[in-house]
Amino acid sequence: MSDEITVAITGMNAKPDNPGPGLAVARCLRESPEFNGRIIGLGYDGLDPGLYLGEFCDASYILPYPSSGDEALLGTLKTIQDKEKIDVFIPCLDAELPNLVRLRPSLEEMGLTVFLPTQEQLRLRNKDRLKELADHAGIESPETKSITSAGFFYKCQEQGWSFPFVVKGLFYDAQIVNSTEEATEAFKRIAAAWGFPVLVQKLIKGEEYNLTAVGDGEGNMLGAVMMKKMAVTSKGKAWAGISIDDKTLYDASAALIKAINWRGPLEVEVMRDRHGIYQLIEINPRFPAWIYLSAGVGRNLPLALLQLALGKPLPQFDDTKTGMMFIRYAEETITSISEFEDVMMKGGHSLTRPSNKN
Amino acid sequence: MTSIEDINSNPFPPLSNLQRLAISESGFVFDPVSGHNFTVNETGLSILRLLQKDTEIEPILSQLSKEYEAPIRDIERDVLEFAGVLRDFVGD
Repeated sequence: MSDEITVAITGMNAKPDNPGPGLAVARCLRESPEFNGRIIGLGYDGLDPGLYLGEFCDASYILPYPSSGDEALLGTLKTIQDKEKIDVFIPCLDAELPNLVRLRPSLEEMGLTVFLPTQEQLRLRNKDRLKELADHAGIESPETKSITSAGFFYKCQEQGWSFPFVVKGLFYDAQIVNSTEEATEAFKRIAAAWGFPVLVQKLIKGEEYNLTAVGDGEGNMLGAVMMKKMAVTSKGKAWAGISIDDKTLYDASAALIKAINWRGPLEVEVMRDRHGIYQLIEINPRFPAWIYLSAGVGRNLPLALLQLALGKPLPQFDDTKTGMMFIRYAEETITSISEFEDVMMKGGHSLTRPSNKN
Repeated sequence: MTSIEDINSNPFPPLSNLQRLAISESGFVFDPVSGHNFTVNETGLSILRLLQKDTEIEPILSQLSKEYEAPIRDIERDVLEFAGVLRDFVGD
């Protein structure tokens, strides 16, 4: 691949209990012998650690939150683009995707190539359309309902919703609730953070299995990597997992991608009970935070996405490899107040790659 | 109490599930489909090796009875218990 490629990646946050995927995506590229370009880290908070990690990013910038509006976002991206000459933009966060997909023509006009789904494809995998997706995938899904009032929890049992069940945001957050009071608190918190609608979903008891891949936009699923969580954080995020090879999960995901001609990265989450019944829980339209495992099993999916975006031949994928584990850890990076000041006051800065790393 | 019917029906996970297990000599067992891993002792290892060829219980009880020089009735209770644990890990 050309040395002149510059890639911008969002999702530079890395709280140990719920990290964004961006740093892992950057790491997949940085550690690939087939990539020798520049990586620009983009974050939404001055304390996103990826903004200070020179081993993964060559420069980093702050973006305005999606709620700031299109003008603010496009203006900031234009400023960054004028300086960095970004070739490919890889967004990694659910909340920013609807805007970025809608603004794709404007992004491409300023020279940012993206490999993203269409607006309709994005809508099709919304959490409130789970049943439709599950039908495409040929598996079951738990009953899911949109609600706009906490009053639902006072009569939910009459409507066949017995506790416990799950209260979820449209983009983020999910909490298992065991009572009307708990459900009401969860509803208020999620609505305040992520708006309406709030979703309720019947709780499925079983084990969670995940798949990540890239859809080529023509109905094909590329480079599937499957994982079972071995340990989770208090927020239910994997901090250890192992690669597996589950045909039902593979086939369901492939069917889903084919049905909607999915374009771009995705993660499929299913629950499987001890009798082997699968239920589709969620489809996330971006790489998961555990994407570094894809490099670990010889299927570097961020690299594949980059190749697709640039119209280049795909990298060679190894045969499916099971038994490869990832174990996440928390590590501090040391930076100076002046670096923080640059990020906060100037909007970004250049980073220096540590001399003992490539 | 385990009944004759329980013994006569197959108590073990399906052969296909057992055959896909990666079993190491140390007794570490990994299921590449479910991602489960567990450990077995020497006896469990012997049983698993037999099960990966055939899941009929009577030949297994005979083999173990010969190997450990113990009556079948003493072995069958433990084997059935092991079968139950295996079903939890490997599915049924």
